[in-house]
Amino acid sequence: MVITSAVTDPEEQTQSLHSTFASRYVRDPIPRFKMPEKCIPKDAAYQIINDELMLDGTPRLNLASFVTTWMEPECDKLIMASLNKNYVDMDEYPVTTELQNRCVNMIAHLYHAPIGDDEAAVGVGTVGSSEAIMLAGLAFKRKWQAKRKAEGKPYDKPNIVTGANVQVCWEKFARYFEVELKEVKLTEGYYVMDPVKAVEMVDENTICVAAILGSTLTGEFEDVKLLNELLTKKNKETGWNTPIHVDAASGGFIAPFLYPCLEWDFRLPLVKSINVSGHKYGLVYPGVGWVVWRSKDDLPEELVFHINYLGSDQPTFTLNFSKGSSQIIAQYYQFIRLGTEGYKNIMENCRENARILREGIERTGRFNIISKDVGVPLVAFSLKDSSQHTVFEVSDHLRKFGWIVPAYTMPPDAQHIAVLRVVIREDFSRGLAERLVSDIVKVVDLLDTLPSPLSTKKAHVVAVANNETSEKAKKSALETQKEIALYWKRLVDGKRVGAC
Amino acid sequence: MPQKSMAKKTAYEKIREELKLDAKPKMNLASFVTTSMEEECNILMMESFNKNYVNMDEYPATTQLHNRCVNMIARLFNAEIGENENAIGTGTVGSSEAIMLAGLAFKKKWQNKLKAQGKPYHKPNIVTGANVQVCWEKFAMYFDVELRKVDVGEGYYVMDPTKAIEMVDENTICVAAILGSTYNGEFEDVKLLNDLLLQQNKKNGWDTPIHVDAASGGFVAPFLYPELEWDFRLPLVKSINVSGHKYGLVYAGIGWVIWRSKEDLPQELIFNINYLGADQPTFTLNFSKGSSQIIAQYYQLVHLGREGYQRVMEKCKENAMVVKQGLEKTGCFNILSKDNGVPLVAFSLKDTSHGDEFKISEMLRRLHGWVVPAYPMPSGAEHVNVLRAVVRAEFSREMAEKLVLDIENVLQELGKLGPKYTPKVTKIAKRKIIVRESNKHHKVLAA
Repeated sequence: MVITSAVTDPEEQTQSLHSTFASRYVRDPIPRFKMPEKCIPKDAAYQIINDELMLDGTPRLNLASFVTTWMEPECDKLIMASLNKNYVDMDEYPVTTELQNRCVNMIAHLYHAPIGDDEAAVGVGTVGSSEAIMLAGLAFKRKWQAKRKAEGKPYDKPNIVTGANVQVCWEKFARYFEVELKEVKLTEGYYVMDPVKAVEMVDENTICVAAILGSTLTGEFEDVKLLNELLTKKNKETGWNTPIHVDAASGGFIAPFLYPCLEWDFRLPLVKSINVSGHKYGLVYPGVGWVVWRSKDDLPEELVFHINYLGSDQPTFTLNFSKGSSQIIAQYYQFIRLGTEGYKNIMENCRENARILREGIERTGRFNIISKDVGVPLVAFSLKDSSQHTVFEVSDHLRKFGWIVPAYTMPPDAQHIAVLRVVIREDFSRGLAERLVSDIVKVVDLLDTLPSPLSTKKAHVVAVANNETSEKAKKSALETQKEIALYWKRLVDGKRVGAC
Repeated sequence: MPQKSMAKKTAYEKIREELKLDAKPKMNLASFVTTSMEEECNILMMESFNKNYVNMDEYPATTQLHNRCVNMIARLFNAEIGENENAIGTGTVGSSEAIMLAGLAFKKKWQNKLKAQGKPYHKPNIVTGANVQVCWEKFAMYFDVELRKVDVGEGYYVMDPTKAIEMVDENTICVAAILGSTYNGEFEDVKLLNDLLLQQNKKNGWDTPIHVDAASGGFVAPFLYPELEWDFRLPLVKSINVSGHKYGLVYAGIGWVIWRSKEDLPQELIFNINYLGADQPTFTLNFSKGSSQIIAQYYQLVHLGREGYQRVMEKCKENAMVVKQGLEKTGCFNILSKDNGVPLVAFSLKDTSHGDEFKISEMLRRLHGWVVPAYPMPSGAEHVNVLRAVVRAEFSREMAEKLVLDIENVLQELGKLGPKYTPKVTKIAKRKIIVRESNKHHKVLAA
């Protein structure tokens, strides 16, 4: 950057002698709405921003998120060195592109894609599972439209069948790409998509059935094998040839290492595409996802653009174009650094720590465990007795100890159940698990001494009846008030917890 | 995936060695995307690499910075909002996502309008110049919108507003103008388009809006040509996108889209979700992503301020002039870029009897290491080939002078060569030659 200003103003000269905190820059109001007129020295800019960011939460204490928050320093070095590489510029950075292709091949083989040892897999790196799912959904939509056009049938009302436990990006996909979302409702005790009900909902306009490997809410793996069998039968009867997509955003890097015999991937013939988040159990910082297709036929050619980018021909099929290369390189680093053995060790540790946490919570005698043993390593639990206090209060009090453990209600038709969810990531050690259990016990004991809030007895959710403005069930007015209060409380509490 | 793990150092060294074969960004004059930032900013970026931007509850300060950037950029584009009012906009991964969001908003608005009128709404179209960047074609293909392209002509390489409005009909969701055409950096005449479209809208009552794709021009025009009316000062402009990673001076991976007002972003496209226990609105295609580039953008806006950006852009423009004048002096080139535009120089050969633009590009790369791409103009002027050298912030005066010298040198070399460079070699094969040659060159650099 060639913007070193030639200092002509004498006042500016003396300014450069002062330490940053002595300068006028930390006295002036921080620009919030308008770009400032003048420039300020780099140290001042750095300090101002650094100080503001101190008020952010500490990523590692955040037990709410699946997303990776720690990587080895060697990897950090690689990331730093490739910050300035524009991933899409394949001609300029051919090696970075090569690394992406290698990652795609490795992931495809991990999922038993029917390709030869030296054959290139069909897949692409994305910014996250949202983009991956949109690409996969687009491919299905196009394929289905082409099929219907060839049959001379109407093709303007595509739909997709999935469980009500889907992550929001499926709803986004449905809304943005004008596909109807048919959700299989959950029931108390069964918090994932029921394959039998799902297959019933399939009709000739269904572009695919989406199964989730690692439900967001409970970490459970849906029974893809059963879905495949039932759907194969139905396809035989109807001739519709409905395919399956597996959203393995969290489970895609768990199942192959912990449960290699579980059949959920391309071993099942109806599975045509799979997406996985590199930034969850792929153990990379936020910003990378992957989508792989079974074969070339499953990705319609017309969606692939061949463009003249900076003078050379290159195919592109992603929603995003220019973006940084760091995460792709970090993903490759993890693959070769850990290998399948390394990933297996890490996932086994996670599972073990989840077990410790789960047993500790069970021992308190106050909670029901909603998550399953076989699944993504997380523990989802609800209060046995919610008449006096709710999980939202538990969550709130845990914040005081520094833990971020979210509480939320289940989707329809199990809205009356509210759970707390702790995600066990790579950097969540046994020590932390034991400390969390003891803090949960403290919170529960504390709540016993507190009066119950007058308003709601149980977490209560009212399903919205009006229009398409919100896909998720709206909460009752009281509940919304509570949540708003909670939000601000957290904001304030978070400031005390996050700093120094 | 290998079975066994390997030591961290080994993995690191392995990858680093491989990556040495990637090109060095500095000599790359093909791309607009920023390739160098200050050390302080690098530190800030590294520290926030593990922050998942979408987690607003966990990282409220990062979210704050994002909102401030949106506000600053909206005011840079003269959005009609009060002093302390929050602007409507969002950060994206790049202009591609920004354009898709803007396009989606137009499509929804148009559909609602036609539905209310009881008319069919299955055939939306968008009018734009043939010089659009590929993401518009992607948008059209992925979201089932017909793309109506206005052909360019020899000597006029951007969208002609008069021709554009002729193509508008009641199914047009918007007309997209480009501020800073990819091919030659020219600014399209948005004001004229606005005036003509206003007239047409009065006649037929269709109310067709304008979107300005200011991917490259958005951070140039406000500083170099503040009088130029192209943004929200024109009443029909409803949304603007700009790339933070071009003249916004941030590394690859950040773009912005701003809407004029709340009415221009249909509520139904915004999702209010319960993310990790807290309620928050989201309207982007991507969800989880890193926060680094957002923080870097804020750093640049605050560190440089208007004064700083202006200085950078003026410098770029000066250096572009140096290159342009140097090329003109050789007498061999036609300059296709305009002085008032994005700082780049687009030029074509007056006489191709000793070699065409592709040959020049290849020789520049092979002999001198410059990456200056050559490509044909869009539909309507495909017979014209152009070379394009982008002047970024890190392109110094010395580099500008050296580029001119090297181009002169290449011309001399060509003059020495005998008969016409045979066009029997197809374009793809040419490309392969160039890539092969450049790889050889890079391997030499790496060793």
